[in-house]
Amino acid sequence: MAAPLRELRNGAPARRGWLALVPWATLAVFLGPVVLGLIGTLLPAFGILPALGGTGLTLTAWERLAAAPGLAGSLWLSVSTGVASTLLSLAIALAVLAAGYGTRPFAWVERLLAPLLAIPHAALALGLAFLLAASGWGVRLLHGLGGLAGADVFALPPLHAPLQDPDGIALTLGLVVKETPFLVLMGLAGLGQVNAARSLAAARALGYGRMTAWAKVVLPQLYPQIRLPLYAVLAFSLSVVDMALILGPGTPPPLAVQVLRWFNDPDLSLRFVASAGACLQLALVVGLIGLWRLAEMAAARLLRPWLTSGRRGTSGVLGRTAGVLGWAAVAGTSAAGMLAMAVWSVARRWRFPDLLPGELTLDTWARGLALLAGPLGATVLVAALASAIAVALSLGCLEYEDRAGIRPSTRALWLLYTPLLVPQIAFLFGIQVLLVLLRLDGTLAALVWSHLLFVLPYVFLTLSDPWRALDRRYARAALCLGVRPRTVFWRVKLPMLLRPILFAAAVGIAVSVAQYLPTLFAGAGRYATLTTEAVGQAAGGDRRTIGVAAVAQMAVPLLGFALALALPALAFRRRRGVA
Amino acid sequence: MSPAATLVLQDVSVRVGGRRLFQPLDLTVTAGRITTIMGPSGSGKSSLLALICGTLAGPLRPEGRVLLDGVPIGHLPPERRGVGILFQDDLLFPHLSVGENLLFGMPRRPGTATGGRAARRQNARNALANADLAGFFDRDPATLSGGQRARVAVLRTLLAEPRALLLDEPFSKLDMELRGRFRRFVFDHAESRRLPTLLVTHDMADADSAGGPMVTLACAETKAEP
Repeated sequence: MAAPLRELRNGAPARRGWLALVPWATLAVFLGPVVLGLIGTLLPAFGILPALGGTGLTLTAWERLAAAPGLAGSLWLSVSTGVASTLLSLAIALAVLAAGYGTRPFAWVERLLAPLLAIPHAALALGLAFLLAASGWGVRLLHGLGGLAGADVFALPPLHAPLQDPDGIALTLGLVVKETPFLVLMGLAGLGQVNAARSLAAARALGYGRMTAWAKVVLPQLYPQIRLPLYAVLAFSLSVVDMALILGPGTPPPLAVQVLRWFNDPDLSLRFVASAGACLQLALVVGLIGLWRLAEMAAARLLRPWLTSGRRGTSGVLGRTAGVLGWAAVAGTSAAGMLAMAVWSVARRWRFPDLLPGELTLDTWARGLALLAGPLGATVLVAALASAIAVALSLGCLEYEDRAGIRPSTRALWLLYTPLLVPQIAFLFGIQVLLVLLRLDGTLAALVWSHLLFVLPYVFLTLSDPWRALDRRYARAALCLGVRPRTVFWRVKLPMLLRPILFAAAVGIAVSVAQYLPTLFAGAGRYATLTTEAVGQAAGGDRRTIGVAAVAQMAVPLLGFALALALPALAFRRRRGVA
Repeated sequence: MSPAATLVLQDVSVRVGGRRLFQPLDLTVTAGRITTIMGPSGSGKSSLLALICGTLAGPLRPEGRVLLDGVPIGHLPPERRGVGILFQDDLLFPHLSVGENLLFGMPRRPGTATGGRAARRQNARNALANADLAGFFDRDPATLSGGQRARVAVLRTLLAEPRALLLDEPFSKLDMELRGRFRRFVFDHAESRRLPTLLVTHDMADADSAGGPMVTLACAETKAEP
């Protein structure tokens, strides 16, 4: 991350050695595949894929893509669900931050963040699917409430349920539930950078209500801090596959799902159409990020007079209530969905419209664990390796920054976000082509590497703030005691930052566990993980088995976070001063 | 104990961009004396100390020569300069016990009578005992009072056996009553070890109590005071 930046040397000779290679290696590890993968997707879109007999430049794939039935519907579905869910997530995240930041109950929001973020997309979608399904908890609850009121609602499951609805409402809800906590987390990090508390206090002393003060003073400072994560959310929502397979409609599906279908079609000639579709997906994301940017600039211009109009605003009760309710809905839905999965996993019989199963059993777990032992092992192995490599590379980059005396620029941050901004489907096929050429497809190395592309940015982002926040004078004091930089790294920085380092490792594990498409493409069908199993089960699987798969999938990252909290507490149980 | 040394600054200043923070400084700090550098905040006092111990960072560039005992040290990394520094904050490592903090900076000389594991630990315990901190070896630094922590920080710096000592306003955060006693503690140690010592402060009382020569950092725009 650091090497491409201008170096500022200081008095002492910069001590770098092999460490100087780490930022370059890191860039190569996670940007190289994205670039090569994009090329490997772009070429087949224009007819070039020698393995399938495509050697000449043609536009056939694009013509077939344009003629594909339902393409317009797919495009509209991607855009509407992606933009709606991003706007809604942003609104809820900003409202809850505005209503709560700096207040005492907000500690609860912060405490919930890690577990909410740890829930893999697929598990969350499966949980939400059961809440929304025709015979799900939502309908059962309505039936029960109706019964209390003496009315007989939903004696039978209704014919229409808001699940896999053609407008993608269920998918939008799922994305909101998944992405809001992430935006809250990024907002919190951003608020720390802009010293929001002081600005807020100053504005309120000038007579502004809390919400108005927030909107006029804090938001303009905060927004640039969360712009990149927000774009990542937009890009993800526009091109999500795993959640769309579970919650989204099938005819037509969102574009990314349709592209995946073409990639997996037994008719190999559709690979060319799929590549063209993947390029279209990329263009869609790039175009919408561009439009979003334009909208930002327009809003900034239009709202400027309002900032200085002197209006103090009202108490903002509405906004605060919306923030609290929105957050409660997000957290409550996640929790209810996960709880539903857990209940299903131990249910023997659970008739409609009972609220709870009549009989409990551990049989499903016994059978499920036997079946899932392989995927579980693969999940843990890949997650541990990808996370460990990501932590090592991130630490190398950050330590290099310290020793070379450089600070990263915004440009470096954009590089870091690249794998999160480019739709997965747009470069994973190209990577697969590349892996086949290198005879690496379906190997553990390829699988770990494909996860690393997405694990590394998150791990680096999680680790870099606490690393840079460590009082630099500790390292200086250690150096002035005559201790070498390497020893300072191992004996001062690492132990003092053990907690954030392990937390970043847990984030890495959670990100890896959640990966669906990379496992599909790089694993070449030879590796099944809990996530591919869970998504595979979703279509027509037994709900009890789905419950086991979803709970197992959720358990791995939660265990990671639990260890990340417990180990430093144990190691430093007699050291109160370790943050 | 290291032999008496002299710290010499020749034409030393700190540059940021094209600008000097203060007029180039010539100064000889003799062994066992405490030279005080005064100056308002922002005048570059702390940067001067960072320059001497080699931890100048960011856009700040060193200028001039620093000699310890006649040998230039400006090109050396901080850990090989033999210059100890005390900061405003004690900066005790929170993950190490009090004793481990002391051991952290103590030189290792395996195989010698004073550099082995047991000897180093005994040395640390003795130092604690001499500073009215007997029995504090295994304590968590977070459980110590401000004055106790400050004394441990001094011991840690001195046990690293520096050949010169820099004091970056180490008394400014202590309350008045503690301040005088702690100042005496630091000065006595510096003098008894015959260390050339440079104190940076904006408090006249510190300077008076140090009793040595006094220098005021001059802003780059104006003439240096004689």
